[in-house]
Amino acid sequence: MVNIGAGLATVEEFAGAAPEAEVAKKIEGRSPWRLAVARLRRDRAAMTSLGVILFIVVVAIFAPVIAAITGHGVYQQFRTTGLTPIGQPIGPNSTFLFGTDDQGRDILVRIAYGARISLIVGVLATLVTVVGGTIIGLAAGYFGKLIDTILARFMDWLLAVPFLLLAISLVSVVQIHPIGPLRPGLPVVVFVLGVFGWAAVGRIVRGQVLSIREKEYVEAARALGARPWRIMFIDILPNLVAPLIVYTTLLIPAYIVGEASLSFLGVGILPPTADWGEMISESANYYLYGTWWFLVFPSLALLITTLAFNIFGDGVRDAFDPRADLFV
Amino acid sequence: MARFLIRRILLGLFIMWMMTLTVYLIFYIGPGPAAVARTLAGREATPQIVAEVAHRLLLDRPWYVQYGHFISLLLQGNLGYDYYKGESVNSVIAAAFPITLSLVIGAAIIWLAMGVLSGMVSAVKTRSIWDRTFTLLALLFFSMPTFVLGFLLLLGLYYELTVSGLPVFANPGAFTSFFSNPLAWAHDLILPWLTLALVSAATYTRLTRGAMLDVFGEDYIRTARSKGMRERRVIWRHVLRAALTPIVTQFGLDVGVLIGGAIITESVFNLPGLGYTAVQAIQQQDLPVVIGVVIIASAGVILANLIVDILYAVIDPRVRLH
Repeated sequence: MVNIGAGLATVEEFAGAAPEAEVAKKIEGRSPWRLAVARLRRDRAAMTSLGVILFIVVVAIFAPVIAAITGHGVYQQFRTTGLTPIGQPIGPNSTFLFGTDDQGRDILVRIAYGARISLIVGVLATLVTVVGGTIIGLAAGYFGKLIDTILARFMDWLLAVPFLLLAISLVSVVQIHPIGPLRPGLPVVVFVLGVFGWAAVGRIVRGQVLSIREKEYVEAARALGARPWRIMFIDILPNLVAPLIVYTTLLIPAYIVGEASLSFLGVGILPPTADWGEMISESANYYLYGTWWFLVFPSLALLITTLAFNIFGDGVRDAFDPRADLFV
Repeated sequence: MARFLIRRILLGLFIMWMMTLTVYLIFYIGPGPAAVARTLAGREATPQIVAEVAHRLLLDRPWYVQYGHFISLLLQGNLGYDYYKGESVNSVIAAAFPITLSLVIGAAIIWLAMGVLSGMVSAVKTRSIWDRTFTLLALLFFSMPTFVLGFLLLLGLYYELTVSGLPVFANPGAFTSFFSNPLAWAHDLILPWLTLALVSAATYTRLTRGAMLDVFGEDYIRTARSKGMRERRVIWRHVLRAALTPIVTQFGLDVGVLIGGAIITESVFNLPGLGYTAVQAIQQQDLPVVIGVVIIASAGVILANLIVDILYAVIDPRVRLH
């Protein structure tokens, strides 16, 4: 069993980060992990945004309930009640709280379903990025020599790539011609975000590993005959948990925006699946008719989500390492 | 210095070569060539005509033969022909590039001014009402997806004002060359500039504030103050200069990426710059145009990185290039 808290204690920065008052109150073994959580709980902005995030998660989970309460299915088109006689979307009223879209569908219900896509893609793509980046960064940093040279060059290349251009190219090819498990829609979006994103994590992990592997306890483990994999994952990895958690919370909103942007460009989630980026992109054909609700409500949903995640991410960073400059 | 430059340029060329190869391979995973020949030949075309079209464009050869042909043309400075327009890719890019360049230059000036100035005020007057306001705004725009801001500006400023009889802002998609009418050029681009600038400036506000706060704690700032230097001079000459390194890095990266096409901003405003052109070419599987834009985009990133590294030595005398 890996004790994450004990591993964290070896990151020197934490020694100075603990507020003196806290230590003086009661002499009690407090792991840096617990200190960070305590610090986070005192951060009002972070806690409020965590509340907002939980609310969005609840909305996503209970989207079918929202559909049932309103009586409007997510794909259901209300051609008589939901569209004007000339086929224009209808503004917010008592039946359609957020109005309808160009096909007479309830925008409120579609926003609730859209939350599912945003959260799933944001979390999955972040997991792919962080796990992939950590493993490759660990390997590059620990083994060094030729492996490091190849992996580090590859990461440099990935970071210099015009990401959006390549992503659009790849997704549009997959849309015509699926490659193995890469199907159009959610799978390829997660793949593209993860594959072009891991290098940033990999570079941070590699840099940290380069310094940690020279530490005495790593040398001790090696002297005891520990295998490379054991040293990498049991002796070195726990030291990286703090920066990785911070990076993870800030990657999620970035990927939510990334997914919405791909969908906006027509190479993300495919219609008729409810998706915020796709809804905004559709509404763009209509703003010239003054149908503001069609644009404003999905935009607000997207903005509130990314804002909540970013504020929470800032709070997590401050809590784990008040002086970290990882993201400068 | 010369050795450093040569090494970096060679590395850059290598990365560009890898990029073209990647895009070629992606294109050939899918039904690229077949689909292109089919579309070009038209609905009524017999299989013979489709084959004929494919043959003329070399689309029936293996990808490496086509790639070799592409490289040999490239070495003569020729990017090949747009499958659909029959125009040379050089001229397609020559038409799109000024639009992207205009968009990026204008936006970059605005975001640099807004971001660095607001960050400076935040750092000098920490915890003041200004600091709080700018920090909040930075967080808001940092979280704002570019296309959301673009459409909201179009709806709120362009549509609402135009409908109420005050057409202050130009129609989306309008573009006037700077050399024919500089005023109309700026007028057409105000909203795209604002969109790109507001979204980007947020990063600079946070970056400048953080970097300047770090420098304020340095010994040489205390020295400068204790020898009676005016605060204004301390801030501009010493603090800002030392804080400039991360700002320059970020600026180089941002401009480098955008030179290859501000894809989202251009798409929102229907500006036919490099990004917009590339997105359309990708949807039509128009490989020569995609490759052309990818080359420009990679060159932009690589060149920007190179310039940033050279600027380091100018800004910070402690850095020497090796």
